[in-house]
Amino acid sequence: MPADIPVASTGTPSGVPARRGIPGSVATIALLLPSYAWLLLAVFLPLCTMFVFSFMNATPMGKTPIVFTLKHYQAFYTQPYLVKIAWDSLLMGFWATLSCAILGFFAALALARATTGRVRETLLILILLPFWTNGLVRVFSWTMVLREGGFLDMLLHSVLPDAGSIGFLYTRPAIVLGLVHGYLPYMILTCYIALVTIDDSILEAAESLGARWWTILGKILVPLALPGLTTGAVLTFVPVIGAFMEPRILGGRVGVTMGTVIEDQFTQAFNWPLGAALSFTMLAVVLAIFATFSGVLRRNSGAAA
Amino acid sequence: MTNVKINSVAKNYGQVSVLSDITTQFPEGSFTSLLGPSGSGKTTLLRIVAGFVTPDSGTVSIGSRNVTNVPVWARNIGMVFQSYALFPHMTVRENVAFGLARRGIKGAEARSQIDRALEMVRLPGFGDRKPKQLSGGQQQRVALARALVIQPSVLLLDEPLSALDRRLRQEMQVELKRIQRETGLTTVFVTHDQEEALALSDQVAILDRGQIVQMGVPTDIYEKPKTRFAAEFLGDTNFLTGTVSARIVTLSDGTAIRLADAEVAPSDGQSVTLAVRPEKIRIVEGVADAEPGLNRLQARVTAVIYAGAALTYVLTASDGTPFKIFAQNTTGTIIPEGAQVTLTWEPKHTILLQDQA
Repeated sequence: MPADIPVASTGTPSGVPARRGIPGSVATIALLLPSYAWLLLAVFLPLCTMFVFSFMNATPMGKTPIVFTLKHYQAFYTQPYLVKIAWDSLLMGFWATLSCAILGFFAALALARATTGRVRETLLILILLPFWTNGLVRVFSWTMVLREGGFLDMLLHSVLPDAGSIGFLYTRPAIVLGLVHGYLPYMILTCYIALVTIDDSILEAAESLGARWWTILGKILVPLALPGLTTGAVLTFVPVIGAFMEPRILGGRVGVTMGTVIEDQFTQAFNWPLGAALSFTMLAVVLAIFATFSGVLRRNSGAAA
Repeated sequence: MTNVKINSVAKNYGQVSVLSDITTQFPEGSFTSLLGPSGSGKTTLLRIVAGFVTPDSGTVSIGSRNVTNVPVWARNIGMVFQSYALFPHMTVRENVAFGLARRGIKGAEARSQIDRALEMVRLPGFGDRKPKQLSGGQQQRVALARALVIQPSVLLLDEPLSALDRRLRQEMQVELKRIQRETGLTTVFVTHDQEEALALSDQVAILDRGQIVQMGVPTDIYEKPKTRFAAEFLGDTNFLTGTVSARIVTLSDGTAIRLADAEVAPSDGQSVTLAVRPEKIRIVEGVADAEPGLNRLQARVTAVIYAGAALTYVLTASDGTPFKIFAQNTTGTIIPEGAQVTLTWEPKHTILLQDQA
């Protein structure tokens, strides 16, 4: 083993003339400003507009005089079926996120631990490959696979010609499958980043102390990858419960989720205030879930300390 | 507390032979250093003992147990890594407790063993800290405590001090030696630092290109290197080549060098290489007669390196070979560059190397 002695990086290597002019803090601000300005413009302003909309009695484009009201925020109370839909959406988000976490963690583990150099680069590119094609096309292609007599059935019948159909298009599992397909890369990448930084010697140390693979997995790898898993879970859960494309295409009649209900308010019912109010209610629910979870996570790591 | 036996162990990575047919033994309770340059196979040999690397052929025994096919986790080894390899998400106590938990030792028994281990490495009261809150030296002590607490059959140290700064490294050498004596653990220590190897070990094995070229107690390794490689790798050395005749080696310019009495002289007419350690040589300005019985060589000073307490003279001997000697600055006078000098040393410090000249 070469003796890699960690050396604290120094600002300017000796011999190189020190940078003149711009102090560090100014440079930092200058570099961050464009992206923050863009985020403010592209995210915060529309969000504020929607927030204002959610208190209006009607979409401010018709002839109806605009009155501010709280009635849309009572939708969950006045239309109880929305609670069921919200719950189903959260459950769907839970299953999709859990599936992504399990599949993604092990895929990332294999990438980070079992592969090297070129193989690893190629596999990483293959993970990102789905992003190169249109999302709608990818979801539609699943209907070809999952429908009765589809690719899945063909595959089954080539082995067992007399078997019935196992196509499960237009079911909840089909929606979850589509969502996992769409969001798995995020989970793989966030877990990979966390796992790839773990020094091999840490795992070797654990093994030398008598740990079997399951102990190393449970006591070393998963805890050390927790930040990656958490980030991946957030990146998956949030868009998944608001998703409307996958539920519509793969869910058919059962594909009524908060995402589709909200989308309907904007595109079909033309009731933007209700759509906005439902969005913000879901946002509040999601934030509440995250707050609870981060509390639990912090307490766990606190207990481990 | 057991010995380690390595029998005809070989390891290749593809076409590259990393270890070729190594047979050696690390006696019970001994402190053995594996010393060699990068790529000499020293780390591979240690990792074979640990079980991280499976040899292509040969066997490894720890005590009476053949562990060649025993997985790492079942070998009961204590290993300390150069990078410390502490579990960053666990406290010091949890780190030390890890190996105990794998052995089913928990609760009060574990607590007292952890306390004892932390006391041994002089870190009591640090149990609740995270590795990040400790200095490099402290982290390495925790790693040592973690390896010791499981009462391993053998302690394996993979360049454990290389990442520490010089002062801390010397401090840790003393600690390491003390702990090794107290525990009596058979210890194998990989290093590329020769002084560290000499200071710590009961025996030193010098590796070169996958083979142990010499193994012995530190004084033998230093005073009686067998090969040019061993002499050069461990400390500074001057080399002379000449032809033997009746226990006298005649250099190309006719200078006669007497061999040590203990040395078995090669047959007359053979060409040989001699080694002389720089600190064994005395230097006198001018052409002087040597005391009877001493070896004498004329030389010219080409450079003087002044370091306060000590001086290094770089010279060219009368037969043209470059020479280097160390002198204590006892007189305060420095022989100038270009001066003619006489070098003398006792014949017993003339080392006859075994490789062909």
